[in-house]
Amino acid sequence: MSEKIKNYRGEALKSADIKEGRVPTEKCRPKAKFAWSAGIAIGRFLEELKKAKIIASTCSKCGRIMVPPRIYCENCFKPTDGWKYVKDTGTINTYSVSYLAADATRLKEPILVAIIDLDGASEGMGIIHKLGEVDKEKIEFGMKVRAVWKPKEERVGSITDIKYFKPVKEETP
Amino acid sequence: MFGKKRVAIVGAGLTLFRRRLKETGKELSYEASKMALDAAGMELGDMQSVVMGTAPDAFDGVHMKGEYLADGAGAYRKPYTRVFVGGGTGVFTPLAGWWHVASGQFDSCLVVAEEKMSSCYPHPQFAFTTIFDPILERPLGMNLIWIFALEMHRYMHKHGIKKEDIARVSVKNKGNALDHPCAQLGAKITVEDVLNSEIMAWPVQRLDVSPTSDGASALVLVSEDVAKEVTDNPVWIDGAGWCIDSTHWTNRDLYYPDYVECAARMAYKMAGIKNPPKEIDVAEPYDPFDYKELHHMEGLLLCKKGEAAKLTAEGVTQRDGDLPINPSGGLLGVGNPIAAAGLMKVCEIFWQLRGEAGKRQIPGDPRTGLAQAWGDLMQYGSVIVLRR
Amino acid sequence: MSLDKITNPMHVRHWLGDMEADYIYTLGVAGERFFKEIKENGKIMGAKCPRCNIIYVPPRMYCEKCFAKLEGWVDVGTRGVVHTFTVAKIDVDGKKLQKPEIYALIKFEGACGGLIHKIGETTPEKVKIGMKVDAVFKPSFERKASINDIKHFKPAE
Repeated sequence: MSEKIKNYRGEALKSADIKEGRVPTEKCRPKAKFAWSAGIAIGRFLEELKKAKIIASTCSKCGRIMVPPRIYCENCFKPTDGWKYVKDTGTINTYSVSYLAADATRLKEPILVAIIDLDGASEGMGIIHKLGEVDKEKIEFGMKVRAVWKPKEERVGSITDIKYFKPVKEETP
Repeated sequence: MFGKKRVAIVGAGLTLFRRRLKETGKELSYEASKMALDAAGMELGDMQSVVMGTAPDAFDGVHMKGEYLADGAGAYRKPYTRVFVGGGTGVFTPLAGWWHVASGQFDSCLVVAEEKMSSCYPHPQFAFTTIFDPILERPLGMNLIWIFALEMHRYMHKHGIKKEDIARVSVKNKGNALDHPCAQLGAKITVEDVLNSEIMAWPVQRLDVSPTSDGASALVLVSEDVAKEVTDNPVWIDGAGWCIDSTHWTNRDLYYPDYVECAARMAYKMAGIKNPPKEIDVAEPYDPFDYKELHHMEGLLLCKKGEAAKLTAEGVTQRDGDLPINPSGGLLGVGNPIAAAGLMKVCEIFWQLRGEAGKRQIPGDPRTGLAQAWGDLMQYGSVIVLRR
Repeated sequence: MSLDKITNPMHVRHWLGDMEADYIYTLGVAGERFFKEIKENGKIMGAKCPRCNIIYVPPRMYCEKCFAKLEGWVDVGTRGVVHTFTVAKIDVDGKKLQKPEIYALIKFEGACGGLIHKIGETTPEKVKIGMKVDAVFKPSFERKASINDIKHFKPAE
């Protein structure tokens, strides 16, 4: 604050002022329900997840194999012109051990979350997903992981058709 | 310079930043705006245009809050625009005000930023989850902290930076905020306090993070002719830059903010700055998390990639160091009412360059300063360069 | 791939969800004083700008025209005038209401602004623009410092 200004406005409230009703308030919960159209690219992506496959879209100009797929290449600003399956394996680009749920409540068992660069896609084309069947202490950058799919009858065309990614055991030569 | 007119800042205003304030968002906007006008010795009638910056409607819980806040920002029957680029809004708002005046269309512009995050109850975190892709990301149970945790972890991994190297930023900024009369979280803490604080989403711990806040801030912008009439010590907006990267945020390497570099280069080119670490006397990079200050110092080309933590450890970024960073106390210390916090940084540079920052004043008669904010979903940078 | 004839999103591949969030709003400096007057004294107050000579209802902390801080409050009375009104036949979800509801913008003599509220104790055909209406308050023990502390406005006798 400028040293010339002597009076700073604002009346701070404590959460008890609200809880105990010392300060009048209005409460509201907006009722808004949505049906988001999946669109063309993600619509296809979800259909393929149902078949336990991961599909990318490709741009013939810059040669990128992009996942999640899109119908336009944002770099070349032209329509993508091909579809290509990528593998359901990849490497951990970065990860976190989260003790927070979506509503900021605290979890006893952490969610393991990672960005996974998928094999077969262009370099650095990651998706965000969870990790499983791994001790949180043993996760490493660059670790090879594989998707664990829900059984066919449980797959509905959702990003959660992949339960999580788990470490790939190094095969002995 | 392409026929652009020079634009001066002649007044700044700020409310307290607190977890919950009684005032409505309109009332907070009014208090900051009125303070900025009083500081400039001007009246609402002197303002020809108004720009309001405020982050997602989901915080205040008022849809179309640009319109809702308008009268508190002094926009009654004036050309009025609300701008919004997520967390980048606070620094983008004076950039939008700048082009109002630089274009020659207006001789004055009142620039206001406001946030009332306490309306979202019990915690604004849940409103944050609605910023994610509803099909690919929200079904995973995304939490906002995740994206910072993933970015911080990648940054630490790439450069081999340890948590204690990053924690020093939190210690410095919360310490600086002790001298800020509006601060919410000024405190004397240690690196150990940060390292021992609750783990939220590793590597993010409680004291790595800025709080949620209510607050407002404002600036008065005028053309060169008006500036000469109203003040002897204007501060000039000499550099403006903004940039957005790919919205496919999982397709980028999160260790470096290319979009900040792009915005900084745009601002430096306009300001004629060739050697940022030498020519910038004081900077307020965006610090919603402690690692973000380091990340942004690098993106702003104030040091080499991976070097910011070292400079912090050496004391270079303290108020009495060679390159004072966040002398206000930043978001970590002063608080983080999103858009208002970004504009608070521009207010701080304004006061620093005028020598009016009181206990927070950095030594050495600073002439050139910079403020930066980051936003949207991991890919937006806004940069402003000010000179006296 | 033309989807332009589809107006129901359920007919294309979609994802259902909501934007759950709960809100708690403070009434603000002016709002708190305004609603306390309603709750405790059954009075409708306005805030006067001495510079512009305007009385704002509901009261505000500042004059939007000149930015003066408004300290002087005046009682504008509980009788207002119907400035305009509508008769709602469906509710917010689009369902038919059993009984139509009358909503009006009610202005107060000498004041700028007004209140949006229900008109009660009458029927739609009897409501006219320009008619005088009186505030009907809930009993004081039921009042919570809210706009609903006023049950409705009814035609003045």
